[in-house]
Amino acid sequence: MYRYDETDHTLIRERVAQFRDQTKRYLSGALNEEQFLPLRLQNGLYIQRLAPMLRIAVPYGLLSSAQLRRLAEITRKYDKGYAHFTTRQNVQLNWPQLEDVPDILADLAEVEMHAVQTSGNCIRNTTTDQFAGVAQDELVDPRPYCELIRQWSTFHPEFAFLPRKFKIAVCGASNDRAAIRAHDIGVQIVKNAQGELGFQIFAGGGLGRTPVIGVVIREFLAEQDLLSYLDAIVRVYNQLGRRDNKYKARIKILIKAMGAEAFAERVEEAWQQSKNNADKLTDDAIAWAKGFFSQCNYRSFDNTHTEALLQKQAGESKAFARWLARNSFPHRVAGYRAVTLSTKPTGVPPGDVTDHQLEAIAELADRYSFGEARVTHEQNIVLADVEQEKLFEFWQDARKHGFATPNIGTLTDMICCPGGDYCSLANAKSIPVAEAIQRKFDDLDYLYDLGDLDLNISGCMNACGHHHLGHIGILGVDKRGEEFYQLQLGGSGSEQASLAKVLGPSFSREEVPGVVAKLLDVFVERRLPDELFIDTYHRIGAQPFKERVYAKPS
Amino acid sequence: MPSPVNSHKTPAGPQPQNPAELIVDGAVVANDWHLLQLLGEDEPLPTVAALPAGKLILPVSLWLLLRQELLSRQQEIGVWLDSDESAELIGDHGAELPLIAIHFCSFADGRGFTSASILRQRYGYQGELRATGRFMQDQLTYLRRCGFNAFAFEGGAPLDSLLDSLQDFSESYQAASDQPLPVFRRRPLC
Ligand code: SF4
Repeated sequence: MYRYDETDHTLIRERVAQFRDQTKRYLSGALNEEQFLPLRLQNGLYIQRLAPMLRIAVPYGLLSSAQLRRLAEITRKYDKGYAHFTTRQNVQLNWPQLEDVPDILADLAEVEMHAVQTSGNCIRNTTTDQFAGVAQDELVDPRPYCELIRQWSTFHPEFAFLPRKFKIAVCGASNDRAAIRAHDIGVQIVKNAQGELGFQIFAGGGLGRTPVIGVVIREFLAEQDLLSYLDAIVRVYNQLGRRDNKYKARIKILIKAMGAEAFAERVEEAWQQSKNNADKLTDDAIAWAKGFFSQCNYRSFDNTHTEALLQKQAGESKAFARWLARNSFPHRVAGYRAVTLSTKPTGVPPGDVTDHQLEAIAELADRYSFGEARVTHEQNIVLADVEQEKLFEFWQDARKHGFATPNIGTLTDMICCPGGDYCSLANAKSIPVAEAIQRKFDDLDYLYDLGDLDLNISGCMNACGHHHLGHIGILGVDKRGEEFYQLQLGGSGSEQASLAKVLGPSFSREEVPGVVAKLLDVFVERRLPDELFIDTYHRIGAQPFKERVYAKPS
Repeated sequence: MPSPVNSHKTPAGPQPQNPAELIVDGAVVANDWHLLQLLGEDEPLPTVAALPAGKLILPVSLWLLLRQELLSRQQEIGVWLDSDESAELIGDHGAELPLIAIHFCSFADGRGFTSASILRQRYGYQGELRATGRFMQDQLTYLRRCGFNAFAFEGGAPLDSLLDSLQDFSESYQAASDQPLPVFRRRPLC
């Protein structure tokens, strides 16, 4: 993974010093609330319903075991001993004290971490595929580009006060696991007809009140032009994006208003003026960035042997077989698999882990996976390089720490925002809904039979739980001061991205699991053999689901 | 996006106050420029002869109308861009100007960072680039990096106390007006 050099260390240290001074000025009254707001936000600090919340950046989701251990210490020292993984691959602390935040940031800086630009109207943490570098369907590893984008976007002097937040995601594989079409800019690594490596650029995607699927604004961008082109997009947005209404300030609204073509032309114009500037990437810089991510410690294995061993172990233990089928992912190197640790056993808020679990992840990473772990967009953890021979042992270890729930990709592996239990913007709680659904659908055979199914829950239309991208989306709404839930169907964050559509009138919290059960009944009755929920939905449409859910009792 | 010239432009927000002292090139100095605010709705367009003598900063909308006639006073005419006016309005004409001020009607409105960068990077503007309005102390480093060298601060704190904030960071990742090379062209890449 990327390692800081003196430049990075200096910058992050100076940032901590700057924020220490700002916090002091705020506490002494020299900075007022309004002035302190953007400063604390750009250092990841929100003031939430119950306490401040600190969002710590995990660049493109990658963590070392040393960083995980430091996070564990921080949660013990400054918080209540747990942390929360977010859908943007970051980590949140829910109970820090404002006065402690400069110290927390200093502790993070020692392990090459920070909370810079995890909030506020600036360029946020760049996200990517949790299987980057190991996936079989990958063209090239997206992480070197993510790191180059991280450096370009961090402390960018021109883009710290944009009209609104700005999110970039990069995908290097044919299956989009980074939901790039739901980002302000989505970067898809491609090859052109000449076989040259480059990028297809999407822009204007985003969720929230006005969900939009991003559109292609450039079919092919040469590799060395990545940063100058991103710079041109953000520059045009900074000039033209609306600032009169925060709900209309995202780039998606600008692109809708101008039209994608006119927007692309504006970017092209701006870019033509700057494309040959110093921001043009050099071959050396690209090779240097790639050097940090080329994992070369793989052992070689006789695949027939390791596969046979796995089959035997799976034959002997149904529980292991289930876990293997759901929680492991094929690796490009023979004899290895990537493994997902589920943070979603029933009854635990999705994405929450304790300090001991953070240390357990570090331990597992050290023992089995080159000391590295990744946070996934679905709020789980991936250890990307586990030897197949050791999977059985790994599974036993993971189980002890509560990470082996074999539900990855199933209905109960849901994305869920913190909702009304923590978030001051919420219309409704989301965690209890997730739990009620997990309790109702606890039969693994049934879940496996349903197959891959994304269920996403947000506590309000800010959509942190990506409900628009759920095959089934659940949105908390306020109905005359009471918490209600709207069901949506047909969303997807994949390369076939689509937005879920509202099914009809909303339901009370108690009704939600029963409604989900009816939706699943329709699916099970109508599906073709092995068809996935999303495909059945697209084939038969919303009507059969509506009829069942809103049928008058006879 | 040059918009049609409108002599009576509506202010984007509170207008520049043009304080008596400001920071230029890292030092606190007296402000020897007079600044003309935007014309009020029923104020008539002034003639060149009616403009005050001495160093004068005009709203860009007014300057664009009077530009030809003012060429004889070139060394003492500057312009200011409102928060919602883009650098392209001045473009290459910047070469005629000893001073361009960019106004921040609120600290959260970051358009001025782009205007400054465009003037310096695209048009090669060399003169004084002055930030006016409601920017914050904590934005000084970024403002400087985008090419501002003068800061007409309205925030009330003594100007001396702000100087350190011009150098909150001694390093940078990006190329900008203060640093021609991004970090990937400066690092030993091995
Ligand atoms: S979706 Fe709404 S309730 Fe949930 S975390 Fe985001 S803002 Fe809070």
